[in-house]
Amino acid sequence: MIRVAIAGGSGYAGGELLRLLLAHPDAEVAQVTSERLAGKFAHRTHPNLRGLTRLRYVPLGELSSCDVLFSCLPHGASARHIDAFLANAERVVDLGADFRLGDADEYERFYGQPHPRPGLLGRFVYGIPELNREALRRASLVACAGCNATVSILALRPLFAEQVAKSVVIEVKVGSSEAGNRASDASHHPERSGAMRSYKPTGHRHLAEIRAVLDGMGAARAGAEGAVAERVGAERVVAAGPSRTGAGPSVRAPACDIHFSATAVEMVRGILATCHVFLREDLDEKALWRIYRRACADEPFVRIVKERTGIHRYPDPKLLAGSNYCDIGFEKDPHAQRVVVMAAIDNLMKGAAGQAVQAFNIMHGLPERRGLEFPGLHPA
Amino acid sequence: MHKCPVCDAEVAISEDPVEGELLECQECGVELEILALGPITLGEAPDAEEDWGE
Repeated sequence: MIRVAIAGGSGYAGGELLRLLLAHPDAEVAQVTSERLAGKFAHRTHPNLRGLTRLRYVPLGELSSCDVLFSCLPHGASARHIDAFLANAERVVDLGADFRLGDADEYERFYGQPHPRPGLLGRFVYGIPELNREALRRASLVACAGCNATVSILALRPLFAEQVAKSVVIEVKVGSSEAGNRASDASHHPERSGAMRSYKPTGHRHLAEIRAVLDGMGAARAGAEGAVAERVGAERVVAAGPSRTGAGPSVRAPACDIHFSATAVEMVRGILATCHVFLREDLDEKALWRIYRRACADEPFVRIVKERTGIHRYPDPKLLAGSNYCDIGFEKDPHAQRVVVMAAIDNLMKGAAGQAVQAFNIMHGLPERRGLEFPGLHPA
Repeated sequence: MHKCPVCDAEVAISEDPVEGELLECQECGVELEILALGPITLGEAPDAEEDWGE
């Protein structure tokens, strides 16, 4: 058994991770931490786990050695405690934002403060398995991607790999659990219930990850296939940060305009990303099918959802609640050089805890679907 | 193996196909009709028609 611990286990991502790891046949959860709830049973904050564990929260200072330390601490806290984590665990999987970006300047631009441990940025592998499967096999430090970044990157990865996108506008509709489990004026029921709130029309932090990854894919492809770059006329600039295969994305001058907006809607779990992709050249639906089929064929948790009939023709996060799947659909605009790509995930699963467990499986040479082999609920 | 005219996925056809036979593409879910047998030609089945040759 692989002994694991969860730092910061009282939040929603921590609770979801605990749910998955308690049922994982190869993991044994040794400790779960919470400063605020130290001494309390974990099921006090995660009542769905009642009867499944008698674990009590311990403070961070009481963490003992384990094989894998999962950090679900708030942004900034993982970087502060990273030395203790590294002293206690052979491997660290961080679900927060501290080590996602490969470039300290970009971190400061989006997070508004200098990175506390810039020297560690290059050591973390960005945790989206569909991007970095090989790097994850050798990784001891993993930074899971942001939930909105995950769904956006998975939606657009096939088109960027083929270098057919000229510009993209991503609009995500997100559930309230993205905001975490601490109450605020914005989450007060009379304010949040029924809301359709544009909470980040521009400048969302996850845009930094999306741009760095997708532009990085284009640059890598352009480096390998100069003729393609010449054909599409893309301008490329050498990475500002250190070049690291599989490591957190670093900043590049954009090869493609990428924009991102987020809207909070009446939903607890889930994200629906609607991506308006303006193409460099016109492609028909069959060509798009081939691109997406090729990109998704061997992925255990990515499905193409594009039906001609029925009521579930395109991805719907409601059908993915509790599952690790990402569903992707698309439709070519017959009157414009535009394709609309829709993608859905459960933000707490594929966007957080499920992604972390998938990465954990890969890191340990386990079957990738181990402990994640269940669909979402229907009806939910 | 034959290709779906909508999504280009491979579509399996029975060993003893019949003109007018209806199939469903497992990838995109479109309902297909065998329009001709020699060679086999697939097309989208019409949404509503009184007699589809069945």
